[in-house]
Amino acid sequence: MELEYGPEYDDFRAEVKSFVKENEGVNLIGKSLRSSDRVDWQQKLIDHGYFARSIPKEYGGFGGDMDILKTRIIAEEFAKSPIPKPLGGQGIQMLVPTLLELGTEDQKQAYVKPTLRGEIIWCQGYSEPNSGSDLASLQTKGELDGDEWVINGQKIWTSTAKFAQMCFCLVRTEPDAPKHQGISYLLIPMDTPGIEIRPIMQMTGDADFNEVFFTDVRIPATNIVGERGEGWKVANATLTHERGSLADPDVMMNRLYALIDLMKSETIDGERVIDKPAFRDRLLRVQGKVLAQQANALRLLSSSINKGQDTTMARFITKLIGTELRHELEGLAIDAMGEMGTLYEDSPHLRDSGSWQMSYMYFLGLIIGGGTNQIQKNIISERALGMPKEPKIPGA
Amino acid sequence: MYFGLSEEQQSLEDNIKKYLEDNASLDSIKEVAGGDSAKSADIHKGLLELGISGLMVPEEYGGLELDMLFASVVSGALGSGTAPVPYAGAYVMAPIALTLAGTDTQKENWLPKIAGGEAVVGIGLSEYVGAREDAAITASGKTISGRCLFVIDAKEADAYILANKAGELYLVDAKAKGISVTDLVTVDKTRPSIELNLDNVEAELLPGSENNQDIINKVLDAGRLMLAADSIGASQVMLDKAVAYSLERKQFGRVIGSFQAVKHMCAEMAAELEPCHSMIWHASHCYDHDPSQARLMACHTKAHVSEVGKQISKTATEVHGGMGFTDELGLHYWFKRIGLNRQLLGSPELVREEAARIQNFDQSPAGGQSKKEVGNPLLV
Repeated sequence: MELEYGPEYDDFRAEVKSFVKENEGVNLIGKSLRSSDRVDWQQKLIDHGYFARSIPKEYGGFGGDMDILKTRIIAEEFAKSPIPKPLGGQGIQMLVPTLLELGTEDQKQAYVKPTLRGEIIWCQGYSEPNSGSDLASLQTKGELDGDEWVINGQKIWTSTAKFAQMCFCLVRTEPDAPKHQGISYLLIPMDTPGIEIRPIMQMTGDADFNEVFFTDVRIPATNIVGERGEGWKVANATLTHERGSLADPDVMMNRLYALIDLMKSETIDGERVIDKPAFRDRLLRVQGKVLAQQANALRLLSSSINKGQDTTMARFITKLIGTELRHELEGLAIDAMGEMGTLYEDSPHLRDSGSWQMSYMYFLGLIIGGGTNQIQKNIISERALGMPKEPKIPGA
Repeated sequence: MYFGLSEEQQSLEDNIKKYLEDNASLDSIKEVAGGDSAKSADIHKGLLELGISGLMVPEEYGGLELDMLFASVVSGALGSGTAPVPYAGAYVMAPIALTLAGTDTQKENWLPKIAGGEAVVGIGLSEYVGAREDAAITASGKTISGRCLFVIDAKEADAYILANKAGELYLVDAKAKGISVTDLVTVDKTRPSIELNLDNVEAELLPGSENNQDIINKVLDAGRLMLAADSIGASQVMLDKAVAYSLERKQFGRVIGSFQAVKHMCAEMAAELEPCHSMIWHASHCYDHDPSQARLMACHTKAHVSEVGKQISKTATEVHGGMGFTDELGLHYWFKRIGLNRQLLGSPELVREEAARIQNFDQSPAGGQSKKEVGNPLLV
């Protein structure tokens, strides 16, 4: 057991600290996506190796060695400051690794650099109205007509579709093949005629997701990653990554501190909520769970830099436990505020900009999204505990 | 950076598990539970040969002077085998108490014998943690009087270390005049519990513990980590047994492990339990290497693991259906072991209250936005 990163990382941390300090004044609030200010900032981070660190220079990255502890140090130091963070999103987290692993040279050249620089925003076209948990049953159709794919169908829960220039999309191109082998992974420019986007208003009052309709959308035949019918494999190369990122334990710990502060400042009949034993015990229970998750995250970090640590189970459980725990934590804050906890939007007496209600609802969405937590339990029982799948219903 | 067990720790765990598989089968545990003390003595002897008594004893007194993580690993292995032997009190808490607070003579008298497997020292802290029935001991001159409930590892002990309400520790020879021992019958037949009544019994103060609660708290933290580790080991076995049973037992023409209702019960158990392994490792590491977080982590680990253990011991029994309820299958030995661990040295509610006090939740001013006075237990 050794939790120190080691003295060889001290210099690197000092370097990151000084960069963060020098750039404290940078403020991109109000600057739109893809604006030159944002792209310049993103490029500056790449130039210093604080973003896209291990992606080769020829594709627009920094070209450094893969060093997870350095990546971690960057995240830790950036988290302590209000300076703008590196861009995230599905293009960077999911598409770029997929292209680097499975894309053609032309695709890597065309898309990786502008995606890293924030010039191309991507959306993910996976779920359909009738294909949620059973994603591989998706029906959006792609037919090859000469040197073009012709796409017809509908996607749903497509976040960022309104801002995106491109969509990485799962489309059924081999209707006669078994369902997992009939899908292809296509790259669709969002300005192609025949694409219509409708936002979905959600329970939080925002519209973070959309429906996307495809009617005779024509894209070049070369806009396919992997071979025809290999789309399921291509997509699964990165899906596990998305699940892990939905419940970041560092964010959870910060949220716990905010909850502690809240329970010290909220009062009932003049007595602090934290001094009421029933509330305090609930807080402590949540804190214990958060500490357990933090320890689990340390184990995962360790396994990513040390060979031979089996963390199959530790990895599979993070989405399930993390999203449930965040939902519980946010809900406790609402209870601590009582009636005040129901205030929302721009109400008088609103606490913390309404973020507790917002997150409470949003995390219910995340319990459902990214593979519902019931699906997560299937995955845990089948892949980590070795239990059998449900028998198939003929024809399903 | 490496977060996990070392090869030595892993092999120690494997050796103890292997020993228990070979020498403490369920039939043996049933014999012990039925009162066969020769059987438990045999198992104890074999474990002493594997070195379980000397882990925490300093090298100069013949021990191995290892980190707490070793002790946790052993405790987990003992819990997985419901080992009917003294451990948390006799071989972890007692040597720590003697090492931290004893005189040279006290250390010389007891530590080499503990390390050599020649002495068992029971430990009674229940009245410091939270006295029931107003039990307490009080000192007068060189003697103590009163009573102590649930003295850990005390059944066959050669001596006891007992705490008064202020947290001062007294060393008592088990053969001293004025001691009467009452057997307590608990659900857990793998580890006996006793009550001590003391009437002007000759006792030695462990002087380092006088007016210094840091000592007893350090001993308490160690005990809580051991109980948590024991419950994690026992819970893992209950989960493994539940999964295995669900893959054998058929109903409606299929193994019951193919029904989602059963799969989800197992997945939930696994999802709750897996982080507990990391948590006990981390808390054990903090015990030795991060004094600022050691107490908080020990309290939270004891409380959290107790909650998870309670849930798993229930759910795993349910997965076994009617068989889970039988004595024949013996699943209840693990269920009861987890049940006793939960209450010893503080139930979860008590321990969480302690965690709140450690963080000064009761001291910061009302109504004002406090700063981040709680240290991040991980980002230190």
